[in-house]
Parts: sequence; C-alpha cells; structure tokens
Amino acid sequence: MPIEVNGKSLEVDEEGYLANLNDWEPAVAEVMAKAEDVDLTDDHWEIINFLREYYEEYQIAPAVRVLTKAVGKKLGKDKGNSKYLYELFPYGPGKQACKYAGLPKPTGCV
Amino acid sequence: MAKKFMYMNTKAPYGTIYALESLEVVLIGAAFEQDVSLAFIGDGVYQLTKGQNTDGIGMKNFSPTYTALGDYDVNKIYVEKESLEERGLSLDDLQHLTWEDEDEDWAEKDSIRLVSRSELADVIEDQDVILSF
Repeated sequence: MPIEVNGKSLEVDEEGYLANLNDWEPAVAEVMAKAEDVDLTDDHWEIINFLREYYEEYQIAPAVRVLTKAVGKKLGKDKGNSKYLYELFPYGPGKQACKYAGLPKPTGCV
Repeated sequence: MAKKFMYMNTKAPYGTIYALESLEVVLIGAAFEQDVSLAFIGDGVYQLTKGQNTDGIGMKNFSPTYTALGDYDVNKIYVEKESLEERGLSLDDLQHLTWEDEDEDWAEKDSIRLVSRSELADVIEDQDVILSF
C-alpha cells in the first residue's frame, strides 16, 4: 500500500521500504516514524543522514554490525554501540533506520 | 571452527547477474565470521576496474560496493596477474581497496593481492569451500 507524503502517493514494498530511492525527502521519514509512534529527534536524524551518506558512497545499506562500527568511527564510541542505536531504533537500527532513510532493507537482513 | 571460503569471480560485471549475485552473497556470508577470500580471474578482473559507468545499460553501477568489503572484514582479494595482463590492464586500473587493521590502531592496508596463476592455484588448494560465479 502506498504512503501519503506531502500530498504525493509513494510506492513502498510489502515491508514498508520505499520502492524508489529518489522519492525520498525528510518528510518521508517523518511519516514512517509517526506510523510507528516514534518521535524523530536530532539523534535519529544524525543516524538517518549517516545512512544516506553511506549509501551514496557505497551503494548498499550496511549490515548492522558494519553500521555500528562505522558510526563509532565517525560519531564516536558513545554512539557506535548497539545499546545506543537500539534505543533510538528499537525495531533494529539496520531495518528501521534504513527504512526511514529511504534505503532498501540491508543486504542479508531477513 | 571457521572454514575457508573462496568466492571465485570469473565474469564481466554487467551482461549477466553473476558478479552482483556473488557480491551480495559475500556481504551476506560475511556475517557468519568465516575465513573469506575472493578471487578474480578471467573477465572477472573487470569487476574491480575504476570508472565504471552504467548510464547506457539501465543497470545500477554497483562497483562502489567493492570498497565497502573492508568494512565487512573481507580483506583477502586475490587478482590473477595473467588475467590482468591478457586484457592490457594493471593494478592501477583497479579500484584501491583497503581495510583497517583493528590490531594496529586501524592502520589502513591494501586488500588486493596480485598473484600469479600458479600462486593462485596454491591458494585455491588450501580452501575448504569454493563458490564459483
């Protein structure tokens, strides 16, 4: 079922990931988060933006282990750990944050 | 105990789905903490070339993803020297793939190992599992 963002109807797959990466805008993340009762804070956005940059550079959504390590390197050890990331994204930082960021589900995620 | 897995890449990057499928299997398999290495022989060496542009063929250019392999702890990438030479290529035509060694304060190291056909044969001999794409 498509989602409604700023009056536009955007195609998503059966798990809610955007069908077309280019459809993404910040409002997409807001709409998806609202549907899951998540209030997006600056900390959420930091990770969402990080994922979008990662995808831009490597053309993949990283596995959660790789994401954790890369966040630690870029944003510091206090953010590059599972506890911090799972508190922000309780459904799994890989799955949930990638979805909000408009990326495909991480390769290898089931 | 970790087994030695080698992914053998033998085909050009586009035109068939083998190269992309291999790369995805490698990324998925990396989660299982086995001893993983990749080999590129024959037209497979084209998968690692710099400056790929897929604008005209309607496929995603997935070559940037090879540079993420280091993040996945995949850092043994064997390229057969003869295959490069037969195609008029050298190491300079390939992307610079690196990994960071946690045990040496994240020192950046090269992932690509240029090997002769006979050296590669020895590496292959040493594997437990070989997957050919």
